[in-house]
Amino acid sequence: MSQAATITRANERQEAESKTLFGFWVYLMTDCVLFASLFATFAVLRGNTFGGPTGDQLFSLPFVLIETLVLLTSSYTAGLGLLAARRRAKTQVLVFFGLTMLLGIFFLTMELTEFHKLYVEGDSWRRSGFLSAFFTLVGTHGLHITSGLIWMAVMLYKVAKGGLNHVNVKRLTMLSMFWHFLDIIWIFIFTIVYLVGVAG
Amino acid sequence: MLGRLSWHALPHDTVTRGGAASMVLAALLIFGYLLYTKRLGWLWREWLTSLDPKKIGVMYIVVAVVMLLRGAADAALMRTQQATNAHFLSANHFQQIFSAHGTIMIFFVAMGLMFGLINLIMPLQIGARDVAFPFLNSAAFWLFAAGMLLVNLSLIIGEFSAAGWLAYPPLSEIAYSPGVGVDYWIWALQIAGVGSLLSGINFLVTILRMRRPGMTLMKMPLFSWSVLCSMVLVIFAFPILTATLGMLALDRTLGMHFFTAGGGGNAMMYVNLIWAWGHPEVYILILPAFGVFSEVVATFSRKPIFGYTSMVWALIAITFLSYTVWLHHFFTMGAGADVNAFFGIMTMVIAIPTGVKIFNWLFTMYRGRIKFATPMLWFLGFVVTFSVGGMAGVMMAVPAIDFQVHNSLFLVAHFHTMIVGGVVFGFFAGLTYWFPKIFGFTLNERLGRYAFWCWFVGFLTAFIPLYILGLMGATRRLNNYDPSLGWQGLFIVAAIGAAIIFAGIGFQILQLGYSIWKRNENRVSGDPWNGRTLEWSTTSPPPSYNFAALTPVDSRDAFWELKKTKQAEKPAYEDIQLPKNSGVGIFIALFAFIFGFGAVWHIWWLLPIGLVGVISCIVGRASQGGTEYRLSAKKVAAMEAEA
Amino acid sequence: MNKVVAAHHEVDPGSPRSYTAGFVLSIVLTVAAYLIADQQRASGWTLIYIVVGLAVVQLFVQLVFFLHLGRGSRSRWNLTAAAFAAMVVLILVMGSLWIMKHLNYSHDSLSPQQLNQNIVKDEGIKPSNY
Repeated sequence: MSQAATITRANERQEAESKTLFGFWVYLMTDCVLFASLFATFAVLRGNTFGGPTGDQLFSLPFVLIETLVLLTSSYTAGLGLLAARRRAKTQVLVFFGLTMLLGIFFLTMELTEFHKLYVEGDSWRRSGFLSAFFTLVGTHGLHITSGLIWMAVMLYKVAKGGLNHVNVKRLTMLSMFWHFLDIIWIFIFTIVYLVGVAG
Repeated sequence: MLGRLSWHALPHDTVTRGGAASMVLAALLIFGYLLYTKRLGWLWREWLTSLDPKKIGVMYIVVAVVMLLRGAADAALMRTQQATNAHFLSANHFQQIFSAHGTIMIFFVAMGLMFGLINLIMPLQIGARDVAFPFLNSAAFWLFAAGMLLVNLSLIIGEFSAAGWLAYPPLSEIAYSPGVGVDYWIWALQIAGVGSLLSGINFLVTILRMRRPGMTLMKMPLFSWSVLCSMVLVIFAFPILTATLGMLALDRTLGMHFFTAGGGGNAMMYVNLIWAWGHPEVYILILPAFGVFSEVVATFSRKPIFGYTSMVWALIAITFLSYTVWLHHFFTMGAGADVNAFFGIMTMVIAIPTGVKIFNWLFTMYRGRIKFATPMLWFLGFVVTFSVGGMAGVMMAVPAIDFQVHNSLFLVAHFHTMIVGGVVFGFFAGLTYWFPKIFGFTLNERLGRYAFWCWFVGFLTAFIPLYILGLMGATRRLNNYDPSLGWQGLFIVAAIGAAIIFAGIGFQILQLGYSIWKRNENRVSGDPWNGRTLEWSTTSPPPSYNFAALTPVDSRDAFWELKKTKQAEKPAYEDIQLPKNSGVGIFIALFAFIFGFGAVWHIWWLLPIGLVGVISCIVGRASQGGTEYRLSAKKVAAMEAEA
Repeated sequence: MNKVVAAHHEVDPGSPRSYTAGFVLSIVLTVAAYLIADQQRASGWTLIYIVVGLAVVQLFVQLVFFLHLGRGSRSRWNLTAAAFAAMVVLILVMGSLWIMKHLNYSHDSLSPQQLNQNIVKDEGIKPSNY
């Protein structure tokens, strides 16, 4: 292939990658609106405890703070992982995204522990409108995290096996965008569900 | 093992049995015909697994037309019962019919025709070869088809929702609708809705990133502009539907209390959310219809559209304002004067840009050399009908008036006027306008005219009585009206109108069949209407790659300018990459269908199968190399030469 | 060829320093909000404004430092899409709260007398006795 053709192919590929990243960004915007619907419902049903417990009776702020810092750290490590991918530093990519995955699993475990505790004491999603909204909003975020972790596992495998070709780098870019987005959503869950729920 | 599925799920009464049987028979006949003529393989290769938006567009329209027949049958049943004051439809059955009618018409006919037209025409119009994400396009179509399948299946196994096309709680909650009907409704729409959302993203990125070099946004044709704005609405409204349907499903399946009558639920929040989606939805449908009219009026007046810039700004204004009016669907729910006043005023404001558009179309016609081809007739029918319906809408924007006519037949007449007179007429105009481009031969004009007049006269005959009945106090969604009210005459007129519409549909079917039969005598060039925009610059039908060369453009109505300067330069051919066919989209939809079916019938073990299936398909497709094939420049040149 | 591709990156990919700055800022904002709530330094609407305000600041921090929004020439449509999303989110959440609050005459934990008072005040009408 001639030099000119190589550059054309590179530009085509650049263009295609740019289009895909933009499309993924637009998808993230739709996810914002999905979460907004759940936030709006939570805000409306906040007081509908139907004689059951309120937020301040159920949530432990120190616990949630740790969850939050864990997820935040995982967002940071994901960012460092992406930088490594751009530099084509394969081992660092595996380390950073591996770390991100571990932190993500830790976050999810903490969240499931909280859910389980509520469930066994009888304060499940069936107890009241407030709790339905709580479990759904936080649970939808948790489902997104789970999807992200599955995606991360697949990417770790692909990078380990196939290296950092342009397709994998493009996908790692989207994955880290997704992961940062989930941390941003969590900021608002932390604030509106937990902080305001307990102290408001 | 099989949840709540049993032999009892098969239809019990004659009417339902008749409907189910005819549907199954039709499907078997078609399948049998394909099997007999050994065309199943051809269907799979040429159509079902194609990633060409021109093929996908045709498939959308086929599904939409099939569903139009089903929705029209529902209408026929309702009109007949009310005109004759018969009782062959029990109350519950009648409720299922109007619920199915609305659901089918909006989600599968209107959305289907819209996505079909967009697939067929938008990439051509912006001078592109394909959409941004061809595989996603296919997957989105098949998800739409899966939703359609669930709705149709409910006629054979189980029942459909009897809670209206929007399934308000508490009626749609498990306590008051314990059967499978509402669940079918939820999952059909949830699956089809994901398809719509994916298409919204796809088409938005296509328009923003794949226009012909030189085609700035302000040089882009108005149909594509209307698609851009409509897709913005899809992207930011459909997630609300996904969330809301999800919450209703959680209430019904996991015993949650979002919208239940007790337990701390708030049914009114559902109404609020569903209309926060529902209002943008109706603009999603109408904007592309407006876009069609802009193209049709300009072409058949042989003038550039009047006020292009104001048309664009009107579209943008409508897009923003769509998110500020939704409460007008529930003025009577009791939000009080302040809230109602705000939304009432915004509703009146949003009528203004629409008015601007109508005047601009009329000004385009002024001093034009008008050709009254069928597409133009649909436009003229639209102007009359839509304006009448629009005025009824502005009336109802006043909360005090709305309190009188909310949920009456006046409302029903209004929204049918908008959707039939606006959306359906618009898409018929688009289909008749662009049919020669897609299929390479014209539709018979005379039969098209007969179809139009039947639809136009039929529609007015069917719905003006409903405006009158509504003003006289007739409530909607009643299976019978007491004859002592003296309304029978108007219902009879309405039924006659419906019959005239069916004659119109008959003429359309006749037109299609006749035109196909006579196609060889009616082949056309790339530009049968002396068009103005880029889709007419390629052959009819276009080659798989749309355009051999992506020559830059530098003006609005790019093709008109090209024709004037008569550029006959020989373009330099280049290699073209196109997506290979893929059946993975079909499998994604199949697994989604399995998930939905399991959720409806409480066959819980089907759910993980569906979920894992979808994920595996996605991962599998993502791991597939070699998903494209290359047409060498030499091959392109050869294909161009023989065209 | 890698150099050709890298030079045309759509978005400034950032550096370890910018990610670290974003990380540290986010920690500070998170802990600050936590302390205010946990130690009950504010309550009611004051608390809501403060912690939500801190959350919004952290949103922007992460948008800029982690998601690189606003940097780079090609991200103009990203910004536009985000702005439109923000508008829809605000309208949906604030609009729903406004509407639902006004609908809440019958769902609040108000006594019948309070209910009547609210109706008279807002609507200017006297509800009939039932």
